[in-house]
Amino acid sequence: MHELPVTEHILNIVLKHAERNRVQRVVSITLTIGDLSELENEWIQHYFDYLSKDTIAAGAKLHIERMPIVIRCNACGQTESIRKDQLGQITCSKCGKSDDFSLVSGREYYIKEMEAQ
Amino acid sequence: MDEIKLIEIKEDIQSDNAVVAEELRDRLRKSRTLMINLMSSPGSGKTSLLLRSIEALKNELNIGVIEADIDSVVDSEKIAETGVRNVQLRTGGFCHLDASMVKKGLDGLDDPALDLIFIENVGNLVCPAEFDTGAIQDAMILSIPEGDDKPLKYPLMFTKANVLIVNKIDYITISDFAMDRLRGYVSRLNTDIEIFEVSCKTGEGVDQWVDWLRQSVSDFKQSPVR
Ligand SMILES: Nc1nc2c(ncn2[C@@H]2O[C@H](COP(=O)(O)OP(=O)(O)O)[C@@H](O)[C@H]2O)c(=O)[nH]1
Ligand SMILES: [Mg+2]
Ligand SMILES: [Zn+2]
Repeated sequence: MHELPVTEHILNIVLKHAERNRVQRVVSITLTIGDLSELENEWIQHYFDYLSKDTIAAGAKLHIERMPIVIRCNACGQTESIRKDQLGQITCSKCGKSDDFSLVSGREYYIKEMEAQ
Repeated sequence: MDEIKLIEIKEDIQSDNAVVAEELRDRLRKSRTLMINLMSSPGSGKTSLLLRSIEALKNELNIGVIEADIDSVVDSEKIAETGVRNVQLRTGGFCHLDASMVKKGLDGLDDPALDLIFIENVGNLVCPAEFDTGAIQDAMILSIPEGDDKPLKYPLMFTKANVLIVNKIDYITISDFAMDRLRGYVSRLNTDIEIFEVSCKTGEGVDQWVDWLRQSVSDFKQSPVR
């Protein structure tokens, strides 16, 4: 898995915003990750602790906010929240069509916010 | 102690990669080079399909290969034997390629006259689906022995790909792989995907895939430069 390079990106973005906001210390960071992505909470924290050692983000706690997979049936507009393994077998519960869906949520991959002082 | 304040960030974790990927696509549009990112599990047939494709097209197209399949000294020798330009990327055990690694490959090929570049991505159905390589098209291979339920386990990869090559169809009679079932799953994940059924062993179906490549290169050459 690719937690290490991803954590590097996270740290860089966090430090950039920390500097912009002239903070002394980053306390916590919240990530928003869609359920379609694999990202191991524990490893991210582990790598983050290692990479941030000598920065003002050292010791910051990472939270991952998971977003559900939500699809919309383009035939009738119905939206439903489903599990990952249901995506390939879905049939619209309202109109019964099964060939034209768009993804409303589930692919999020961003840093939402941080707490700092 | 200073008061703790909440700072909104809302920045994509991959924003840097997205910028590099877009730069690569601009560059490819200018040089009119169709770059295809080839992804699959280890052993599905990426190298075999490359060899078949190169064999069929090397007399009419200028082809390059960016090779990143980890344990592929043998593979890269096979590619080199075909005589097409190729670079071997050292991925350092990485599970995927990102756009800045592909940029190194493109710099290494150093040939704006190429019509078609294949990236042989790292063998893995999870990680390469998450990272934009800067390629124009994303192709994935699924081979019959892997089973027809892979779209249920790795949906992201199937939503990312523009084209799916189902390889090793010479195995279909001795397996319980149901092509209809696969097509049913895939159509729900991706309405626009093109599907080819091939055997790199017998050569069955390879012509249709090669026709698609030929047509895609020609369409890309004629598409307006943005
Ligand atoms: N029976 C059969 N074997 C194949 C086919 N395509 C590839 N192979 C074999 O599958 C193995 C892995 O193929 P390779 O191209 O190296 O896969 P890669 O790891 O994705 O690059 C090799 O032994 C190939 O000869 C096919 O269509 N049918
Ligand atoms: Mg290979
Ligand atoms: Zn519907």
